Amino acid sequence: MAREIDGYLRSRFLPHIWCPGCGHGIILNAVLRAIARLDLDNDDVCVVSGIGCASRAPGYIDFNTVHTTHGRAIAFATGIKIAKPDLHVIVLTGDGDASAIGGNHLIHAARRNMGITVVCMNNSIYGMTSGQYSPMTPSGRYATTAPYGNIERNFDLCELVRACGANYVARATTAHARQLSTYIEHAIETPGFAFVEAPTQCPTYFGRKNKMGGPVEMIEWFKKNSVTMAAAAKLDPAELAGKIVIGELYRGNAPEYTELYAKVMERAKEAAGK
Amino acid sequence: MPDKCNTGVRLLQGNESCAEAALLAGVRFFAGYPITPSTEIAEILSERLPQVGGKFIQMEDEIASMAAIVGASLAGLKVMTATSGPGFSLKQENIGFASFTEVPCVVVNVQRTGPSTGLPTSPAQGDLQQARWGTHGDHPIVALYPSSVSETFDLTVKAVSISERLRVPVILLMDEVIAHMRERVVIPCASDVVAENRPRPQMPPAEYLPYLADPDGVPPMADFGSGYRWHVTGLYHDETGFPTSSPAKVDYLIRRLHAKVESRVKEITFTASEFIDDAKTAVVACGFTARSARCAVRVARERGIKAGIFQPKTIWPFPDALIEDIASRVDRIIVPEMNMGQLVREVQRASNGKCEVVGYSRVDGEPIAPEEILARIEGV
Repeated sequence: MAREIDGYLRSRFLPHIWCPGCGHGIILNAVLRAIARLDLDNDDVCVVSGIGCASRAPGYIDFNTVHTTHGRAIAFATGIKIAKPDLHVIVLTGDGDASAIGGNHLIHAARRNMGITVVCMNNSIYGMTSGQYSPMTPSGRYATTAPYGNIERNFDLCELVRACGANYVARATTAHARQLSTYIEHAIETPGFAFVEAPTQCPTYFGRKNKMGGPVEMIEWFKKNSVTMAAAAKLDPAELAGKIVIGELYRGNAPEYTELYAKVMERAKEAAGK
Repeated sequence: MPDKCNTGVRLLQGNESCAEAALLAGVRFFAGYPITPSTEIAEILSERLPQVGGKFIQMEDEIASMAAIVGASLAGLKVMTATSGPGFSLKQENIGFASFTEVPCVVVNVQRTGPSTGLPTSPAQGDLQQARWGTHGDHPIVALYPSSVSETFDLTVKAVSISERLRVPVILLMDEVIAHMRERVVIPCASDVVAENRPRPQMPPAEYLPYLADPDGVPPMADFGSGYRWHVTGLYHDETGFPTSSPAKVDYLIRRLHAKVESRVKEITFTASEFIDDAKTAVVACGFTARSARCAVRVARERGIKAGIFQPKTIWPFPDALIEDIASRVDRIIVPEMNMGQLVREVQRASNGKCEVVGYSRVDGEPIAPEEILARIEGV
């Protein structure tokens, strides 16, 4: 019997500060439902964020929570996880936070296979600073700092962390809230580094700048432009261009960092005792 | 216990002394990024920490190292990082976070020349002001500055204690010369090292307000995962830990942070002096330069000159009152330092015009020799 998610909310701080139509609430809901299905106690979860719209999420949820400096959430989470390996450490981060200023920490946490879960709330834009382009803004899209259209290419963050050695990689948009929650649940259960990318709508900045309509139209856009892994396998690259591939993209079973370090401690104690 | 093997009279480098002291003071997590001349501290702790149940990680950069120690401190461990010059600059962002969120941590900065990459293994004392003012915004800091391998041991233990007791980041400023010189140091037994712990909440979790300060200005700190749930943010926050923009609460928080350090200036100020009581010429010097100054002052005394030396071991908060007292009794203060005048301006400020204050800078990557200071004492 899964818990009610109300017990995980700091309801006195609601309503939240996110804009009307923002998808971050859908993702936060998916996170809490995953934690509820896993029946985790509030004290056993630690949620860490950096700076930006997504990074305000920890304030609303009743765990051990840290709202850190821009881009550094994963590095803070690394220290927490090493100090207390039994804690479920979850990083809630935005695309700018995770892939621009925090890109180095992302790839190294994946490489170490640090046992944390990173949920990247990817709205393809810097929302908190009002609409500048991010490393996840697709080419050709508009932003306040890309008034002639973005000439940079965006990351495939899932491919990136998979290449770095993550043990679990999945993607689902806010139009796929149930799958998203299931993937987050599996991510939390995975020993080792787990990454879930959640493309989400920012009607206020990304949607408006790119004439995509309101939140309903943007979610419809996600539905139309998402393909499952099975469907994607049948498409040629031209057909796949611009599509969002959703699903559990990768599962590995490389040893988790803090488990390896526990063995280092055993070896060190033996060596010191001799 | 592994610490047994290092107890006793040892011939150690300053970096080794710092690492051993950290272990005995209870440091159980170190995150760092390699940079000369601080690197031995990381190398030693990578070997020694897991022996005593502690943990070490080499992070991807200096910023991450600072973040990781703050995270581990939130989870209840005594923590340290060590770096040099350029690395210290990178750590400033998260030193500011630790200051504002009152997370205990010790940051060792074995100084090297600068700006920028400078002379990577040459000594300089150019980070005194960065230790105080390196981050944006207003926050207090505590910085200690040893002049020998033995003092490095003592001040490392004190750094851990002050950091824990006051919930402030403490900077241990070191000189490259001391980091790499070997000297006699007596390593005490673990049971003889008294390092304090952070105040922990006594009330039940439901009543815990993470930033409600005790009467001494320091709020008790619960470990993550211990049943007390709290929120930590680099935004201005009230006693609940959650963001506030109330002018009254914003004002209260920043003043409390300053007051908790300033109200303890006496108990966290450590100094050394020699021949200062009847001196007409005082030398004020820190770190390695204090050793040359001590030598110079002794020779001056042999030559009948009434010289004395005052060495602040606590460089921040600056010992204003002690300096003013000296200034009111001497004719002249000489401030030799391996930078363009970062210490002398503090001495001038604290002296309040009560005597002449003259600086002497050496910035060529070489330490200041006793003869150079003696020449200035003799009025050359």
